[in-house]
Amino acid sequence: METLKKTCLYDIHTELGAQMSPFGGFIMPIQYSDIAVEHNAVRQHCGMFDVSHMGEIFISGPDSEAFVNHIFTNDVRALQPGHIQYGMMLYPEGGTVDDLLVYRMPEKDTWLLVVNASNITKDYGWISRAARTWNVDVSDRSGDFGQIALQGPESEQTVYDVLGLDLSDLVFYTFREVEYGGETVIASRSGYTGEDGFEFYASEGIIRKIWKTLLGAKVTPCGLGCRDTLRFEVGLPLYGHELGEDISPLEAGLGIFVKTEKPDFIGREAVLALKDSGLRRKLVGIELSDKAIPRAGYPVESDGRQIGEVTTGYNSISTGKSVCMAFVETAYGTPGTAVGIHIRKKVFPGTVCRKSFYDKKYRK
Amino acid sequence: MSKIQEGLLYSGSHEWVKTDGDIATIGISDFAQKSMGNIVYVDMPEEDDEVFRDEEFGAVESVKAASDLYSPVSGTVVERNAALEDEPGLLNRDAYANWIIKVRMSDPSETESLMDAAAYTEFLSKQE
Repeated sequence: METLKKTCLYDIHTELGAQMSPFGGFIMPIQYSDIAVEHNAVRQHCGMFDVSHMGEIFISGPDSEAFVNHIFTNDVRALQPGHIQYGMMLYPEGGTVDDLLVYRMPEKDTWLLVVNASNITKDYGWISRAARTWNVDVSDRSGDFGQIALQGPESEQTVYDVLGLDLSDLVFYTFREVEYGGETVIASRSGYTGEDGFEFYASEGIIRKIWKTLLGAKVTPCGLGCRDTLRFEVGLPLYGHELGEDISPLEAGLGIFVKTEKPDFIGREAVLALKDSGLRRKLVGIELSDKAIPRAGYPVESDGRQIGEVTTGYNSISTGKSVCMAFVETAYGTPGTAVGIHIRKKVFPGTVCRKSFYDKKYRK
Repeated sequence: MSKIQEGLLYSGSHEWVKTDGDIATIGISDFAQKSMGNIVYVDMPEEDDEVFRDEEFGAVESVKAASDLYSPVSGTVVERNAALEDEPGLLNRDAYANWIIKVRMSDPSETESLMDAAAYTEFLSKQE
């Protein structure tokens, strides 16, 4: 058993009495007070998350643009410095190595890839092996960075009032470097909650300073528990649930981030073959009429036969409805289709719907 | 510290039982509701369903997790607490005032193996 890593805010979390649990190789705060309270703080005001467990991998060098485009499903050729793209890295067979953000840095030929904590080692190895024949430098700098996400409709005002930073010029999926505490901070208008908000990448010392300053201004600290309920409600995938080594982004409904019109990227042939043969399963939303909660791994049924499996499910905090995302056989993927979800001893009736249960409120 | 109510019998899986003749009223202990956190759903059997000692008869669920309920006795469900359908949080407010099901026991002697308040206090002291 690998020892769990601690983020640079670990001691502050325990002082706050957070409930701590392992996640992606780290010991992380799951909740400080109550998942629903923290969830609602983000939807209605703003809340902050320690997301220092996320990985930061830098790619630089003369071939870097072509190389990033070679390992990434989205198309970075038109990406301007200061802009961000979401996409995946794929195996040649078409399964997903990871989903990630690509930042085109202001420095020439420099790219920041932000990857899932649980996949840092795998991703770094994967990228490094792919890079052997390219004139690029790949560097895992996850240990150099802490990261805080401030999320919610009051984020812009809070950043201005509390941190003294005017980031009103940034639109969603853009970033710039700012000065804070005498150091450079990457300030990015992004996040994974469906709300407007910012993510700050900086040295551990500065991240501690930002966290303490926000905490002093009574910003709600939020754990990974509500990060999951928030991302789930707006239909965002979590690697290990809606994406994985044997899941194609096409099955997960993420085809718009896979640019097959690009001449080349790892996994392109497999994506084209899958488009040609058609999907055997797809990710859908399912709404239950009862309040019973469908959870990951529960079977989805039709006429007594299993036709799929739940990937994430909750009694949605924002809507009060019991809903889930699930992979189902394509024939059952049309909205309105009646299915059942096996919960303990009973089968509860449900209806296939959009896999987003709450509207995103990004600042475009 | 969790509250333990005198006069009730307790199971190792943290259900409580109150008997009146051959009727057993079953709920969860204060320790159980505290460990769950905010309860958002209670899965209860229907009237006339059979339950069996030490077997699952339902579940209480928080936002994050489901926790199975085990019946301390065998018998037939005569009533379920319908108030929990709309207000599952009643179990957090007072776990002893809010019961989950009432069962007509098929073998009332099964309660003899349950713990009284003193034994349950001792049992919890080893857990907490």
